[in-house]
Amino acid sequence: MADISASDVGLLKTSDGRPLKSALATAQQRSKRRAFLLVLPLLAFIIITFIIPIGQLLHQAVYNDGFSANMPRTTAWFVENPPGTVPDDIAFEALALDLKDAAAARTVGVVGTRVNYEMSGTRSLFTSTARGAARLEPPYREALLEADAKWADPNLWGTMRQVSDAYSANFFLAALDMTRDVNGKIVPMPEERQIYVSLFVKTFLLAGLITFTCFLLGFPIAHLLATLPMKWSNLLMILVLLPFWTSLLVRTTSWMVLLQQQGVVNNTMVALGIISDDGRIQMIYNQMGTIIAMTHILLPFMILPLYSVMRPIPPTYVRAARSLGATSWTAFRRVYLPQTLPGVGAGSLLVFILAVGYYITPALVGGASGQLISNLIAFHMQSSLNWSLASALAALLLGAVLVLYWIYDRLVGIDNLKLG
Amino acid sequence: MALPIYASPLERVWHYTRLVICALIFLFLIAPILIIMPLSFNAEPYFTFTEKMLAFDPSGYSLRWYDLLLTQPSIPNDVPRDGAWWAQVWRESAWVRAAKNSVIIGFFATIVATVLGTIAALGLSRPEMPYRRLIMAILISPMIVPIIITATGLFFFYSSPCALIGWTGLSQYCGRLTSSYTGVVLAHATLGIPFVIITVTATLIGFDQSLNRAAASLGAPPTTTFFKVTMPLILPGVISGALFAFVTSFDEVVVVLFVAAHDQQTIPRQMWNGIREQISPAILSVATILVVISIGMLATLEILRRRSERLRGVTPH
Repeated sequence: MADISASDVGLLKTSDGRPLKSALATAQQRSKRRAFLLVLPLLAFIIITFIIPIGQLLHQAVYNDGFSANMPRTTAWFVENPPGTVPDDIAFEALALDLKDAAAARTVGVVGTRVNYEMSGTRSLFTSTARGAARLEPPYREALLEADAKWADPNLWGTMRQVSDAYSANFFLAALDMTRDVNGKIVPMPEERQIYVSLFVKTFLLAGLITFTCFLLGFPIAHLLATLPMKWSNLLMILVLLPFWTSLLVRTTSWMVLLQQQGVVNNTMVALGIISDDGRIQMIYNQMGTIIAMTHILLPFMILPLYSVMRPIPPTYVRAARSLGATSWTAFRRVYLPQTLPGVGAGSLLVFILAVGYYITPALVGGASGQLISNLIAFHMQSSLNWSLASALAALLLGAVLVLYWIYDRLVGIDNLKLG
Repeated sequence: MALPIYASPLERVWHYTRLVICALIFLFLIAPILIIMPLSFNAEPYFTFTEKMLAFDPSGYSLRWYDLLLTQPSIPNDVPRDGAWWAQVWRESAWVRAAKNSVIIGFFATIVATVLGTIAALGLSRPEMPYRRLIMAILISPMIVPIIITATGLFFFYSSPCALIGWTGLSQYCGRLTSSYTGVVLAHATLGIPFVIITVTATLIGFDQSLNRAAASLGAPPTTTFFKVTMPLILPGVISGALFAFVTSFDEVVVVLFVAAHDQQTIPRQMWNGIREQISPAILSVATILVVISIGMLATLEILRRRSERLRGVTPH
């Protein structure tokens, strides 16, 4: 818009005498504020019910007061004395009194568990000493060493010093298969305890594989739907949308029913003589089950974006290429395929993002080998109760998903997300 | 699509191969959903077709698994089915209770998600909306963030919802949100909101803003404009968003696993138990009922889509 300067036409004014420019700016400000006010309630809702909980999860990943909250005297001793101080009588007295209190408050298990995360085999030391804590008499050093000689171990004191600080990056280290040695240096976990990095790698590989099979199965379907007359494609689209609208648990159950050893697929193959009765294939409760069921569940998320990109591609382009002498394969590869790439990108990213964080299907049909990182997070939340480690793993997964989400927004734009 | 007349024999072969491949993929998509329907009428406790079923012998089929849904966990099966028996089923049957919970939680979650989502979508689709892209990204994120992360975060948050405002001294009036209907409803509303935002903003893209201005210039206050002009036009989008939100809640199990107690068991939660512990064909009868419900939803959605296209003058090409 051309800028109308005051010297040319005199200052333009509204009827109530304000300069037009500032009146316009005020009006625009007001309509901006109005639009924002419409969004505000929902934004506040999402921040309270979603962003804050995620923030608490991130906090939990670096914060665990299992030791410091229940062992105040020992924690205070660690604060007063620099690292490397040999534990003196005061330290042992603090430890013994804290153990007495913790035993009385029944929190010694929490303390032992917290220390145990960093130094395995120490939980029983805490619980067994606490059982006799009421009988501990001064001098406490001798009494504690009599209860268990392990209390003299400098490594144990080093570990207790580490966990006496409620804030700790150790859970992130553990989630990356690393730990601290007695001097606080970061070292890799012992070989046999390295599980998380390889599980992350496996999760990403499986998600990649599932994305690829979804692409292989989704592309022909989307192409067929996009090239059929609208009447037919709307009809066939129902076959894509019905699974999309069907409960996830229903679809997972169907695959359990179909694929189990005495299930429909194995029975049919035996009846047709493809396999013998004792050669039934184990297709479920392993990685294969996870791949098959997740491909089925995520396939509509590939087909729908592909279809919405393919539908508007004019068929005349391929015909023109053919008339200029291209074979049908060349016309497809050089003319049609490049135009579908936005859809391929959108569908693949969406399927990959959803697959990386999948929980329900692997938990039900994955058996031991088909578990993904989400299942381990659930395990630490519900069974091992190591919430901080679960949170650290969840934070790493969240980081990966947010990076993918950001890429999706750059490449596709969230506004272009389509559902059915 | 038709095969052009100039197609070579090789292309003809490929054309038909392609159709067969597509048919097989459609089979892969739809067969697992359809196959559980006849299996749910199995007279035997098996997950495969018995010989009698394959021979279409009526004695191979029965409604026993549907009956089991009514009588679990401990309602007598061999008494006359009078009003008192049905009343007992309504009160005590585990599956009926789960269905009631699912409907109640789904209903309130849908209301919250649809009302807040529609209002926000109206703001988001105004061209003058500031930080549109960022806010949109935040509002859609519950759909993208893995459900296990959301559930874990909610578990921490619900254990002490007022921890962050502890300094105000108000936290003593706050209870826990774990094991409460409110907690599950809020979580499900959050998960349903992205779907409402997506469907309603998509409807608003085709909405002619000058209609609003016309109404305003004729003297209608904003609320009248909204209810008389905007709302009727975007209603199909709002309803399909609400359907999406309801289905999201109706199908959600992980949040329920993490933050709900026995009292708030929903149908998916009950199915989860059934699948993990001892899977019986009763699960298949629930699954069949759910498939029938989703067919109904899909049909509703299709009708809405056609209505919306007709209203907006978009004809299918």
